[in-house]
Amino acid sequence: MTTTAQRTSALPNAYTSGRLPRWFAPTLFGATLVVGLGVIALLASSGALPEFSIVLAVLVGVVLYAVLITVIANAAEGRRAATDRLVTSLVITAFVVALLPLISLLWTVTSNGLARFDITFFTHSMRSVIGEGGGALHAIVGTLIITALATVIAVPVGLLTAIYLVEYGRGRLARAITFFVDVMTGIPSIVAGLFAYALFALIFGEGVRMGFAGSVALAVLMVPVVVRSSEEMLKLVPDELREASYALGVPKWRTIARVVLPTAGAGIVTGITLAIARVIGETAPLLIVAGFTSSMNYNPFSERMQSLPVFVYTQYANPGSQVDFYLERAWAGALTLILLVMALNLIARLITRIFAPRARR
Amino acid sequence: MLDSRTALSALALSLVLGVSGCAVNELDREILPGTLVGTLDGAGSSAQSAAQEAWIATAQNANGGLTINYEPSGSGAGREAFLAGGVDYAGSDSALSTDELAGDFGACVEGTTGIDLPLYISPLAIIFNIDGVDRLQLDAATTAAIFRGDITRWNDPAVAALNPDAQLPAATITAVHRSDASGTTKNFTDYLAQAAPEVWQADAGDSWPYGGESAQGNSGVVNAVANGLNTIGYADASRAGDLGIAALQVGEEFVEFTPEAAAAVVERSPFEEGRAENDLAITLDRTITDPGTYPLVLVSYVIACQQYRDAETAELVRGYLSFVASPEGQAVSAEFAGSAPLSDGLAARVLDAIGSIR
Amino acid sequence: MSARSSSPASVSARDRLGDVVFRRLAIIAGVVILVALAAVAIFLIAQSIPAFLADPADLRGEPESFWHYVAPLAFGTVWAAALALLMAIPLSIGIALFISHYAPRRLAQPLGYIVDLLAAVPSVVYGLWGITVLAPSAVPLYIWLTENLGSIPLFAPPASGTGRTVLTVAIVLAVMVLPIITALCREVFVQTPVLHEEAAYALGATRWEMIRMTVFPYARSGIVSASMLGLGRALGETMAVAMVLSPSAIISLAILTPENPSTIAANIALNFPESAGLQVNALIATGLILFVITLVVNSIARAIVSRHERALESR
Repeated sequence: MTTTAQRTSALPNAYTSGRLPRWFAPTLFGATLVVGLGVIALLASSGALPEFSIVLAVLVGVVLYAVLITVIANAAEGRRAATDRLVTSLVITAFVVALLPLISLLWTVTSNGLARFDITFFTHSMRSVIGEGGGALHAIVGTLIITALATVIAVPVGLLTAIYLVEYGRGRLARAITFFVDVMTGIPSIVAGLFAYALFALIFGEGVRMGFAGSVALAVLMVPVVVRSSEEMLKLVPDELREASYALGVPKWRTIARVVLPTAGAGIVTGITLAIARVIGETAPLLIVAGFTSSMNYNPFSERMQSLPVFVYTQYANPGSQVDFYLERAWAGALTLILLVMALNLIARLITRIFAPRARR
Repeated sequence: MLDSRTALSALALSLVLGVSGCAVNELDREILPGTLVGTLDGAGSSAQSAAQEAWIATAQNANGGLTINYEPSGSGAGREAFLAGGVDYAGSDSALSTDELAGDFGACVEGTTGIDLPLYISPLAIIFNIDGVDRLQLDAATTAAIFRGDITRWNDPAVAALNPDAQLPAATITAVHRSDASGTTKNFTDYLAQAAPEVWQADAGDSWPYGGESAQGNSGVVNAVANGLNTIGYADASRAGDLGIAALQVGEEFVEFTPEAAAAVVERSPFEEGRAENDLAITLDRTITDPGTYPLVLVSYVIACQQYRDAETAELVRGYLSFVASPEGQAVSAEFAGSAPLSDGLAARVLDAIGSIR
Repeated sequence: MSARSSSPASVSARDRLGDVVFRRLAIIAGVVILVALAAVAIFLIAQSIPAFLADPADLRGEPESFWHYVAPLAFGTVWAAALALLMAIPLSIGIALFISHYAPRRLAQPLGYIVDLLAAVPSVVYGLWGITVLAPSAVPLYIWLTENLGSIPLFAPPASGTGRTVLTVAIVLAVMVLPIITALCREVFVQTPVLHEEAAYALGATRWEMIRMTVFPYARSGIVSASMLGLGRALGETMAVAMVLSPSAIISLAILTPENPSTIAANIALNFPESAGLQVNALIATGLILFVITLVVNSIARAIVSRHERALESR
């Protein structure tokens, strides 16, 4: 990607003269990092700072680098190159800054979650458990069932809508759908839960609790994400492919089913996994419609069903007098949830790689 | 390519195996003895959640065929669900209101109402985290002034006068209240309104009437007090952990909470007048000056039908609640939820009321 | 979308039937979405009416009217989301550029995956992280800001002693919407025609000049859509805000004080459990207001995007 690579030639010429050597920027970056660490360590030991902070040290280093490289490049290479150097360091800074909360988050969850990340946690429910012990099997099963059902509802509706928008849609209906799908992305999750409850209470009477109602609430949240991502992926399929298919006399629906969908398949699968990741961690709607139980329940169409986010939230919010046992379970549940979504992402990527037409070269 | 497919199927297989098995701790459900068979659903107060968990676990262990689900969805939501007939009993930090009593009860025989049974007494604690201070003494008026924001520094003369021995810092007070509506707030503000009416002019209510710092739930407040600077807050006493707990002035003495002192206040408070015979709503008297009492306490009710539409449900409710009100039941919640056991007199009265459920 | 070529002239009866069925199915799916959304709207309106008609004294906090109740919440919702986007958009563009144009190609895909991971973290976990890690560690900074820059209204004292301010919430929200905006921007940046980029380089442009001349003009409407999707998430986020924020019923621009305007979604989560009767209706009515806010915001976004697209076409 680096442009300097293309410009390197054996002869010194107009393009390479007046440029800083290639080793210069990385070396300067390393040096400023060391300086940043040193400055913060010095401040911490002298008592000016309450404690040594690696985050602060890196930030000082990065800012120092941005200033130095701009000044030096301005002197050695000219103003335009200096601007370029500055932007490069800003872009890298943005990336590092974004990584900080991610690392902090993953570290917090992992270090707190490992205490109870044991066999018991994955083989026990919370039925008749007080204080120590217990597990989240009932919640894991519930989350998998509820999310799977939500996917079964949301994916056909979302995918077909995306097909309509890209392949057929024109005119007022298509515009209305496009607009309202956007509005749908802004429905707060708790409102989706209240809506699902009102709907099911209308059919089954007051106080209804079932896993399936939770699936409906989650499906409402999933649909717009599925539509948006699938739509983008379908748009990326080149028109030449469709036209070639029509030219061979293949009807439109077969063209879509056999040519367009397989071509966009990999991207669509990725989009669906992102949609699942978006809803699998929802707490509020499930607390309202799927309910709360500490026993196993495999039937999504009757009785309360526990889910992992609800498990994590209630363990955190309502512990007994032995708080640590509850908090350890909460963190272990959070870790499980993240690992579950990571696994889903990996599976999606695997599917993408296996079934992508272009991979079979 | 083959590798990734194998990996995929192995992953799927292990996932299926993992989640299709029954939970280990539920395998012996059928072989446990017991006379109560069936399913009960309850919902409501999250303050009761840990106690309900402990009661349910003990009751289920004694009765293999019994399943009880308690949803800690909040007192208001629990009462709503009970009124609509969605659950068999509700947990609530406040007794049924007169409006609610005048309405219909979905689970009860038409024309009958629900009854309030005080089954969970929890002392509340004023928790603090101040540099260099491990014992703090407060009276109601000073507490009210601190939480209203009238007293803003820890070395304020009013605080110093109550704590002659403490090294109070000249730091800003951060008083943390609940950001969510809660029975804990209702009982705390009720205490301040009763014991320091000249300072605390707002009525008792489940939402905080003034401004200031806030956090969600007992967990949030404890967390905020523990992680903040020179903080004070209120929470369930069982949740105080390593934090300091302020002693309250009762009469002429400073009292630290004990379960007995908390239960004593409830014992000495009158039942609310004008209610049905078995509707045991308590009007807490927090102005008691006997140093053997601790007035900052939360009473949470279990709300059941006087007459259920379904006789089997009535039997299950009677069986379960009798256990809860029994000394064993109260001991279980005291151990695992940090509640104060009912005094003998109150327990007998409640057991009578439970026995009348049909 | 542009018009597709029409179906070929001669098709068998079965294929014609297939076409009709498939087309119908696609239309039905689209209509189902509209019906679902209409149902949500009807539910919200029906449940809200009692709150609009009620005596305001029956509402929580006894406001002068329902609008006095909802105004601070609506302000807080928009304020927190705006602050979050202010932080998230530049960062996201930076990250997306890093992945699409700066990082070595071998590194770019795993980096993209790492950022996508952030999207997978459930909001309860963000909330837990916000109160146990972020808020406590931000307190010294907040105190320093109020002491030294307190004359700026944004940083007006007093500083929160627990760090649960609207700024902390905005940071948490920013981290939550970051992956959404980044992912979309990345897709658009990658699609910049290579010929345009090479033409810019051929004219002697530096990498930054190339990006400014080719990537940004091509991606501008994409960046707007991405930001609007992120805004939707930020407006509707419930649990993380409820756990992290220290709310009050006020309208204030100060972002470091203990008293912060609450958001609609968080307010529902905080008060729903203890609410009964009319109070529940009032909460659902605030949900309706949020729905309307989202609708307005999306209309504005659509208008911006379509005007920009027209401007591009007319060039």
